[in-house]
Amino acid sequence: MLKDITIGQYFPGKSAVHKLDSRFKIMITGIFIGMLFSADGFIALGVGLVFLIMAFIISEIPFKLMLKSLKPIVPIIIFTSVLNIFFLDGAPLIKLGFIKITAEGLRTSAFMVIRIIALIMGSSLLTYTTSPITLTDAIERLLSPLKKVKLPVHELAMMMTIALRFIPTLIEETDKIISAQKARGADMESGSIFQRIKALTPILIPLFVSAFRRAEELAVAMECRCYQGGDGRTRLRQLKSDGKDYFALGLSIVFLNIVIALNCVLG
Amino acid sequence: MDSKKDEIIISAQNVEFHYENDPEDKTPPKQVLKNVSLDIKRGQFTAVLGHNGSGKSTIAKHMNGILLPCGGKVYVDGIDTCDEDRIFDVRQRVGMVFQNPDNQLVATIVEEDVAFALENLGVPTDEMRERVDDALRSVGMYEYREHSPHQLSGGQKQRIAIAGIIAMRPDCIVLDEPTAMLDPKGRKEVLKTIRKLNHDFGITAVLITHYMEEAAQADRIVVMDNGEILMDDVPKNVFSNVELMKRIGLDVPQVTELMYLMGQSGLPSDTHIIDEEECADALFALLKN
Amino acid sequence: MPMIKTEGLTYTYSIGTPFEKTAVNNVDLEIEEGTFSGIIGHTGSGKSTLIQHLNGLIKPTSGKVFIDGQDIWSKDVNIRDIRFKVGLVFQYPEYQIFEETVYKDIAFGPKNMGLPDDEIDRRVKETAELVGLRQEILYRSPFELSGGQKRRVAIAGVMAMEPKVLILDEPTAGLDPKGRDKILNQIKEYHRQKNTTVLLVSHSMEDVAKFADKILVMNKAQVFCYEDTPDVFKRADELTSIGLSVPQITRVFLELKKRGIDIRTDVYTTEFARKTILEYLENKGKRGGANA
Repeated sequence: MLKDITIGQYFPGKSAVHKLDSRFKIMITGIFIGMLFSADGFIALGVGLVFLIMAFIISEIPFKLMLKSLKPIVPIIIFTSVLNIFFLDGAPLIKLGFIKITAEGLRTSAFMVIRIIALIMGSSLLTYTTSPITLTDAIERLLSPLKKVKLPVHELAMMMTIALRFIPTLIEETDKIISAQKARGADMESGSIFQRIKALTPILIPLFVSAFRRAEELAVAMECRCYQGGDGRTRLRQLKSDGKDYFALGLSIVFLNIVIALNCVLG
Repeated sequence: MDSKKDEIIISAQNVEFHYENDPEDKTPPKQVLKNVSLDIKRGQFTAVLGHNGSGKSTIAKHMNGILLPCGGKVYVDGIDTCDEDRIFDVRQRVGMVFQNPDNQLVATIVEEDVAFALENLGVPTDEMRERVDDALRSVGMYEYREHSPHQLSGGQKQRIAIAGIIAMRPDCIVLDEPTAMLDPKGRKEVLKTIRKLNHDFGITAVLITHYMEEAAQADRIVVMDNGEILMDDVPKNVFSNVELMKRIGLDVPQVTELMYLMGQSGLPSDTHIIDEEECADALFALLKN
Repeated sequence: MPMIKTEGLTYTYSIGTPFEKTAVNNVDLEIEEGTFSGIIGHTGSGKSTLIQHLNGLIKPTSGKVFIDGQDIWSKDVNIRDIRFKVGLVFQYPEYQIFEETVYKDIAFGPKNMGLPDDEIDRRVKETAELVGLRQEILYRSPFELSGGQKRRVAIAGVMAMEPKVLILDEPTAGLDPKGRDKILNQIKEYHRQKNTTVLLVSHSMEDVAKFADKILVMNKAQVFCYEDTPDVFKRADELTSIGLSVPQITRVFLELKKRGIDIRTDVYTTEFARKTILEYLENKGKRGGANA
């Protein structure tokens, strides 16, 4: 059922990673991605991995959960590795007819796969340890300098919050509408692709109608609670940064420098 | 306090209202409210009864400036709701809760939602914390402060919506059919919360409903029909008009209906009876000898 | 042969997760053809899950469902045919409306059944009339109608499939007393005309008492009882003990009994209450006369 989909895969906890200021966590994740992409060789990439594994151990996130986050990208991993293994030129290691596997190909594909996995695990670690609401908050605050160039930062953050709030509601509603139309004999499981797309009309139209109705009612409810845009707002939840946040940020910068230095020395 | 007792918090004076027609439609627009005058006293618990389309929700939406009258005036604590500069003063004094609990919660965490109005009003963080906690306690939802709204039942969501209004520390709370989408348990929870806020905290309450058993608990019932106020009295007197209530598509409590039927059969009866206790007493007196 | 029969019907949600919950637990049920039954129970008592089994929207974890003597999950049964046999009207059915005109929306179900056009036309017009929708409304957009009218369009859409069993999940939720009585009377009329087996899920004991011949009480994923309406109200005390609210008038008669008046307590409508009081007084008059 659609209900089983979890959105915002927050895994509540009290680890040091959870407690980091979410603004710093976003910056650190950015720096980590920088490490992965600036690394030229396995050793430099290894340094990035050490950083990831360290963060992962401190976060106390179950390993199974991390593996789960990789599931959706398995096809991409297979695709990249196949592409690299078979289609890279070099001295063939094994040759079977027109298929040849080169040492070069193996190495590159391993490198790419590790990089993708590390990338996904790193960003999953961010979403696992940060609740969607603080994440939205942090993004709003990190982007706030852009208000000067007329970017509607508060409005964007508000939209994200409302989206997060209504996704479960709309998923539940979709489930209900599907059941109701099935009960009227709607056939969604057979026929050509064209017929199946057409069969979605009885679901999509009620869903849109209801989403608009909800939006209208929500707007009135927000007005009743004196909503008047981002100016002059205060916040219940304060984002506070202290020594440990700067320490973590500093540490990630050190790691990035090591990666770059290794590239120069080994490259 | 006593000097405030008879103070009028909301005053609607000769309110006329209609929605604008399409420009092509030349027929005169349908009047939704016709010359409605209504005063709400501070601390009072008023129920507004009426069938769908009677204008009861429309008058409610006039009480905090969501709708503005086409004719006449509405004053909240002396402020004209048409005064654009003071609209937030009006909304802070009169909060509003709506029918669908899902469509009025904004945030993904209960306490953040309760804080929403305070954030908009620019209340400092320390004070906000205190007011949010107080509001959650007053509706009995403090333990759920870190939950996500979609994990809660309808009645609980509606209590969160009420807390979000209470946090503004309003003088009056207007509830537009807050129980229409709830199950019996949720309805009881919400009504208990309203009564508690009215009784313990002296918050003026205006409850729009079509459940007569809810209206029976109010200090005063206003019955609307066809855009006009048809009756405005204490519950006992309103429900005793059994035939009139039925004619305009409303119910009376079963016990009142029984009294009415007994009267029809020539038995002694009193249609001012609206609760079980009184009815049992009356029947006991009749049947024991 | 009963119209609806379940054997050991069990359904468990989210098996193997911390959210595992048995919504329907070993339910054996037989509902005769042509009965009008009310289904009562708390939110979460399993009544919604139970009714979704009866038209095959949910497949049981274990146990069987028979409609008209047919095991609906046996290999030679097309589950879509079962859905035409057992019409299910969900809560707030107006939110499933999607067509440009009222006519087309009511015709959606019959069309899915593959009926000829003239038969569809007959059914749309007949059911529209039955639920009190005027002919000229049929060609208007359903989205322009009032809430109560939309609700009736949606109900007509299921009735037009002329199912042998019609199940309605809280058809009156959110309506005012007038709208509520109108819809319940129309359902009763449809039941009378077509002799359809009707199952009415409701939170309102008063409504069920007024319209249903039999009442099915669900509690904690199981059938608490399924009996004729007057018999169910004889157990008003038990109903109260599982937290269901019996009609106000029933509570008054229970109170009278408690105060020592020897009067029946299976009173659930005001009309019946008047009759009971008159009878009591008459009997007492006779008794009093005999004694004197």
